[in-house]
Amino acid sequence: MSRARTEEIMIAAIARMLVGLSHVAVGAASPIPGSAALLARELSGGALRVSLLGRNSNPTFTDGARELFDCAAQGRIDAFFLGGAQIDGQANINLVSIGDPDRPKARFPGSFGSAYLYFLVPRVILFRQEHSPRSLVPEVDYISAPGVSEPNVYRPGGPYALVTGRCVFDFSKKRKRFALKSLHPGETLEDIERETGFAFDIPEREAILETEVPNAEWLELIRGPVGNEIREIYPNFAEKMFGAA
Amino acid sequence: MTVILKTADEIAASIPDGILLALPPEYAPCSMEGIRALVRRGAKNLRLLGVPQFGFQADLLIGAGCAAEVETAAVTLGELGLAPRFTDAVKHQKIAMRDTTCPAIHAALQASEKGIPFMPLRGLIGSDIVARRDDWKIAQNPFGENDPIVYLPAIRPDATLFHAAKADIHGNVWIGVRRELMVMAHASAAAYATVEEIVETDLLADPQTAPGTIPGLYITAIAEARKGAWPLGVPDLYERDHGHLAHYVELAGSQEGFDAYCEQWVMHRAAAQ
Repeated sequence: MSRARTEEIMIAAIARMLVGLSHVAVGAASPIPGSAALLARELSGGALRVSLLGRNSNPTFTDGARELFDCAAQGRIDAFFLGGAQIDGQANINLVSIGDPDRPKARFPGSFGSAYLYFLVPRVILFRQEHSPRSLVPEVDYISAPGVSEPNVYRPGGPYALVTGRCVFDFSKKRKRFALKSLHPGETLEDIERETGFAFDIPEREAILETEVPNAEWLELIRGPVGNEIREIYPNFAEKMFGAA
Repeated sequence: MTVILKTADEIAASIPDGILLALPPEYAPCSMEGIRALVRRGAKNLRLLGVPQFGFQADLLIGAGCAAEVETAAVTLGELGLAPRFTDAVKHQKIAMRDTTCPAIHAALQASEKGIPFMPLRGLIGSDIVARRDDWKIAQNPFGENDPIVYLPAIRPDATLFHAAKADIHGNVWIGVRRELMVMAHASAAAYATVEEIVETDLLADPQTAPGTIPGLYITAIAEARKGAWPLGVPDLYERDHGHLAHYVELAGSQEGFDAYCEQWVMHRAAAQ
């Protein structure tokens, strides 16, 4: 078994955050979280229900695209995943544009359901493989969905963690900040400080963990049943990661 | 009474310029033959509503100059990346872009289904989506205390256009599990569908098909269009044509390339077959 790739380390790190949950949903453009959710389902012996959007076979929902959002509003979804062209230190995410939104320097697809699900799903796990001052910024150019809200705003949900290609951050709702939790193999605290555009809490040196690399059994699951299932939605990702079908 | 038309071009001829046109996402069948017919007839100033997100069909309409405004939660070609003509049009202010979020579109269409003026929706507060939408209001929950909530005005599209596996001669359209199409048909003033086939049996009379069928009551006109969703797919019938879409993305990086694509694949009706 060849050693774990960065994507596989991220998949395993996210899967560990889903242990014990009963229903997670996965949105658009989310091959790594999708794989993580399927891995967590394999490890749960099938107890975890995974709703993968964009899949035609075995749909979880039968009442159209709105059902995911209604389901989340009722508290029936425990975890969801959001990325961001930019993510800032208060966990605001930007899925829209760089620069003035009316005359953008760069334009991305758009906010999808983020501005809603970020408020309603208890455990929203942020992910961004590119960990650089360009993607992790002091302040986003456009707030697709805010990381924190005023106390009178109805918000049972919100950011739980941020998983990048270099490390894992926890998010503290109280402190409204990220805290470094674990470094992927080969990364140092100095690397993370240099490559992160926002300020974050740093625990005592000895409290900084190394992100656990998936073992042979997990890698076999990722490269076997998980890879085969994610291929239906993300054929390019599956081919790059696991080879031709 | 649903009108049965002969071609997607006759449907496109029934859809006037300048209207608010609701279109489905790529995971519910899109009437690509209807979209190509709109380009062929030189449709202008359409206001496109993505329910809730867009891909290839909006990129084609934008590139061909058919759209003045786009309201949607996202425009993406999935693993093929950004939609090239949409991205160019926003950067150069060729269209007015109204960013929104998926559940806001679903909720505003539900308001229209119910014939009520607005729908409240959780979330959203503090997002720049709200800050940039002067047609939305943040108001108090009338049944609560100090509980702000967003009010969205109902959206009543002038028309909706989609594709389905089959319809019957009474104008009933079978959509199976893709019930966003049902909401779109209920909420819109007119509904047009291209279908793979028009059958002689009554889809509402069969308990197997009736629950997944839009009654002809809501359907203005249908036309048969075999492989009418191509190069997108129809669940269980045919897959999305990744190779063709990759070819499109390559060409549509420039307006000249896009025009060449249209000349070959859109303007000549037989090209797609």
